Amino acid sequence: MILEMSNIQKGFDGLEVLKDISFGVDSGEVVSIIGPSGSGKSTLLRCATFLETIDGGEIAYMGDKAAWTDSETSKAVYAGPQEMKKFRGYCGLVFQQFNLFPHYSILQNITDAPIKVQGVSKADAEANARDLLRKMGIEDKADAYPFQLSGGQQQRVAIARALAMKPEILFFDEPTSALDPELTGEVLKVIKQLADEDMTMVIVTHEMPFAKAVSDRVIFMDGGVIVEQGDPKDVLENPTEERTRQFLSVFER
Amino acid sequence: MEFSVMLTTMAGGMLKTGAIFVLTLLGSLPLGMIVALLRKSRFMPVRALISIYISVIRGTPLMLQLLVWYFGPFYLFGFNIGGWRFPAIIVAFVVNYAAYFAEIYRGGIESIPQGQYEAAQVLGYTKTQTFMRIILPQVIKIIMPSVTNEVITLVKDTSMAFTLAYAEVFSLAKQISASQTSFTPFIIAGVFYFVANYVVEIVMTRIEKSMDYYK
Repeated sequence: MILEMSNIQKGFDGLEVLKDISFGVDSGEVVSIIGPSGSGKSTLLRCATFLETIDGGEIAYMGDKAAWTDSETSKAVYAGPQEMKKFRGYCGLVFQQFNLFPHYSILQNITDAPIKVQGVSKADAEANARDLLRKMGIEDKADAYPFQLSGGQQQRVAIARALAMKPEILFFDEPTSALDPELTGEVLKVIKQLADEDMTMVIVTHEMPFAKAVSDRVIFMDGGVIVEQGDPKDVLENPTEERTRQFLSVFER
Repeated sequence: MEFSVMLTTMAGGMLKTGAIFVLTLLGSLPLGMIVALLRKSRFMPVRALISIYISVIRGTPLMLQLLVWYFGPFYLFGFNIGGWRFPAIIVAFVVNYAAYFAEIYRGGIESIPQGQYEAAQVLGYTKTQTFMRIILPQVIKIIMPSVTNEVITLVKDTSMAFTLAYAEVFSLAKQISASQTSFTPFIIAGVFYFVANYVVEIVMTRIEKSMDYYK
């Protein structure tokens, strides 16, 4: 198991968003999470990538506990700063809004963190960044700035930036939701390519055909719980739960 | 008095005006950043103190603040204030301008989208790295027009040192004009302030242009 989250609870101002969710990802597995907005999908990713702190439960990466519930106070506690640095290094996140650094060139966007956070040499970081850009099909954009790129190109840079940190697992939070329809294809294509290379990934998405094509497992979330999960064909074509069926019917038009 | 003599006499005042201007910027630009960061402190008393400081500074005339900084030590503590004139002027200006710069910085910092912090955090940047490498460069670009405004105001505000009879350009102009019954010193002073601000505009525009490479 690369990631194991057990009995995760998370609320905002008394509103329970994640209700005792348990969820694990195996090495090389591609998991898609679908569900209506407000179902807790994004919050789950944000807890897994430590952007949000959990209220209770356990998060373990590579078998090591990053967060757990203290038995006396029954509050969630996190590992020390040094260990957290290691855990953060295990996971990467691609945002819906890309969140590239506008003042850095495309190349700097990809090389800055490896150089400054991981201590990689500038030459190695740049060579790796150019490889990644080639893979994303935008090697000619290395010296451009984010504002000069289309949304689809920006998102591919964001994927390259996450990959440059060599994460064990890569999370995608609705990676194509901010894109014009004609640009989603190019982003989905590179994610598919990563799946074929056995990159471990968790993808929150509304692209059902894509989820079916790329995932090993699909999870349907609603109201802060996992309603149903399993083989993409089963969940997306023959869901056993009524709520899943209702949700999917919206996409059939 | 001949024009050339007037000009030479006033040149000394120009240097003093320049000294107030430079020292105020050197002090208030960094101090303003510290104030802006303290305003976001986790400790309520610190936040309260900073917000009182900004309110008082912005709510009272700079001229009054100059008088308080200069005469305060004598009236409040009975200190000998000989030789305190110039330091008092610099302290008053720095403390005053730091409050305004702090508010400009705060506006800039708050306009950076949360996503920038989150992207940096996920990539493993420390808080200091995030601020210095990701946030601050973008803030500087955003606040440049407001800073330019403030710097231009400062050039003109230096004339308030006249309140403490400090011999900068404006005080000298007034003195010479009175003693020589001549209008010329005011014209010299006016041209000086205008040219100084023209230079400020050119320099600030250059700096803004140098950050035009991204949006």
